[in-house]
Amino acid sequence: MIQKRSRLENTVLYVFLIILAIISITPFYMMVINATHSNVEISQNIWLTPGSSLGDNYRIIQGKVNIWRGFLSSAIISVPSVLLSAFFSAMTAYGFAKFHFKGKEVLFWFILSTMMIPQQLGLIGYYNLMTHLRLIDSFLPLILPAAANAAMVFFVRSYIEASISDSLIEAAIIDGARESYIFLRLILPLAMPSIATMSIFTFINKWNDLITPMVLLNSASKFPMPVVISNIRGLYENNFGAIYLGVAISVTPIIIVVVTFSRSIIKGLTIGAVKG
Amino acid sequence: MTTRIKAAPPGHRRGFFDKRDNKGYLFILPFFLVMLVFQLYPIVYTFALSLTAPLNLFENEFVGLGNYTRLFANEVFLKSIFNTWFIWLMNFIPQIVFALFLAVVLYEWKVAGKDTLRTIYFLPNLVTAASIGVLFAVLLDWQYGTMNHLLMNLGVIKEPIHWLQNKMITRGTVSLIQWWQWFGYTMIIIMAGLSSISDELYEAAFMDGASRIQLFFRITLPLLRPILLYVFITSLIGGMQIFDIPRVLTNGRGAPDNAITTMVLYLYNQAFKNFNIGYAAAVAYTLFFMILFFSALSFRMMSGKTKEKGGLG
Repeated sequence: MIQKRSRLENTVLYVFLIILAIISITPFYMMVINATHSNVEISQNIWLTPGSSLGDNYRIIQGKVNIWRGFLSSAIISVPSVLLSAFFSAMTAYGFAKFHFKGKEVLFWFILSTMMIPQQLGLIGYYNLMTHLRLIDSFLPLILPAAANAAMVFFVRSYIEASISDSLIEAAIIDGARESYIFLRLILPLAMPSIATMSIFTFINKWNDLITPMVLLNSASKFPMPVVISNIRGLYENNFGAIYLGVAISVTPIIIVVVTFSRSIIKGLTIGAVKG
Repeated sequence: MTTRIKAAPPGHRRGFFDKRDNKGYLFILPFFLVMLVFQLYPIVYTFALSLTAPLNLFENEFVGLGNYTRLFANEVFLKSIFNTWFIWLMNFIPQIVFALFLAVVLYEWKVAGKDTLRTIYFLPNLVTAASIGVLFAVLLDWQYGTMNHLLMNLGVIKEPIHWLQNKMITRGTVSLIQWWQWFGYTMIIIMAGLSSISDELYEAAFMDGASRIQLFFRITLPLLRPILLYVFITSLIGGMQIFDIPRVLTNGRGAPDNAITTMVLYLYNQAFKNFNIGYAAAVAYTLFFMILFFSALSFRMMSGKTKEKGGLG
């Protein structure tokens, strides 16, 4: 803006911004540092530099749970969910963006209104349904619902409407292309930027989900990362170094994703907000 | 457009899908099937369950609104409503104040390292809430926790604080963690709102000698109303469903004395620990109607005001 700030104002402002930045990062920093210290060290003082107990803490963790198994379960749930959600959302978005059929508006508003429904509303019914279908303790009920992702349909649809012209599709039809070919070879690649942006969110949401796997899975060997971590305090009662290390391992993939894709993530967030 | 309609091959009766636009139904069909089976059916089924109670080990009986009347006579449930609101408000109010200030500062002023700061503030938002809960539980441990060490080293306190034993402090801790996770997100959303306000308005007001404070209250805030409504409603929907952090922080007990038993934590414990399925389903629907009511109310209040303004200006 146009106004000038005094030196004092400037200093106060920067101090404030930096303190907030420190507050945002410190818990993660302490997590990494404490993961390398022994329990005794942690109980005695506050540490700002790494210690030498990383290996010991790792052995303590692996002694009771295989933390990489939690990783694997998380990946088995998240990756297929992302693919399903990407493919079917793009398909639905294309259907809404480029075809003019009866009832289109109503159906689209219906999808939008489901976005307002709290996620946990149907959880109990879902649990009962899966019990009847004998799908408890299976990964399937955690993956399949991803094929209906309303937010992603909404986002990809507006992208397709804005960036893929009707004449392109008409040209393909005149050339004798089949509908499946048009969708797979034309629409899917062209809509990829929007699909990729939304897929980051699908991945993070699936990876972070705690309540659904807690309800639907029984065997400890199938627990994804958040469930493993939420139980970790009970397992290592007083071994804080090991707990810190477990938490650190669990959040690493998400931190990498967030830092790498922060630009697309921020873009994805803001487009949804400004349109809604 | 008529050119889009493919001519039917000779000797072929014109079917429904020969009209190209009707093929759109095929593209949206899988979505609706999945939504029907995995989302809508469970929601309806949950409602049906909320009207039943177990008769014996294998059968349920219809009890009408019995679960709902039991629910509202239950002290722990009423407490969970209070806790949920308290935790949400104690986090939302400071969150929106910080977010507004930071958004204006980072958007309108020249600040070095803007993009880096934005990413740093936003980072806690997407990190697994369950892990964040465990992290804070150990950081705030009264004996081993880094927080008490820090405060004692700085001389702020003499005795270690039992962060997770006092009711108010425990609730405050949950709000603090929520604030820490969400102020950066809200800031980013508000910045997007700011980018849609035209500079000319500010320049005109500035020419007329308006101060920075006046600009904020007379121009920025009123024009941000739609985005603030969005933030309010999404935060309300999310905040009413808070589960991960209270659950992890106290190993699911909601202790001390159910101080951080939120509505969804209560729902989870009733359904999957005590197996009161029908009763827990009633909790789910009470939560839903509460969210619906307050979203609609805030929508009416906020958009009503916008219209009034629009009429005047």
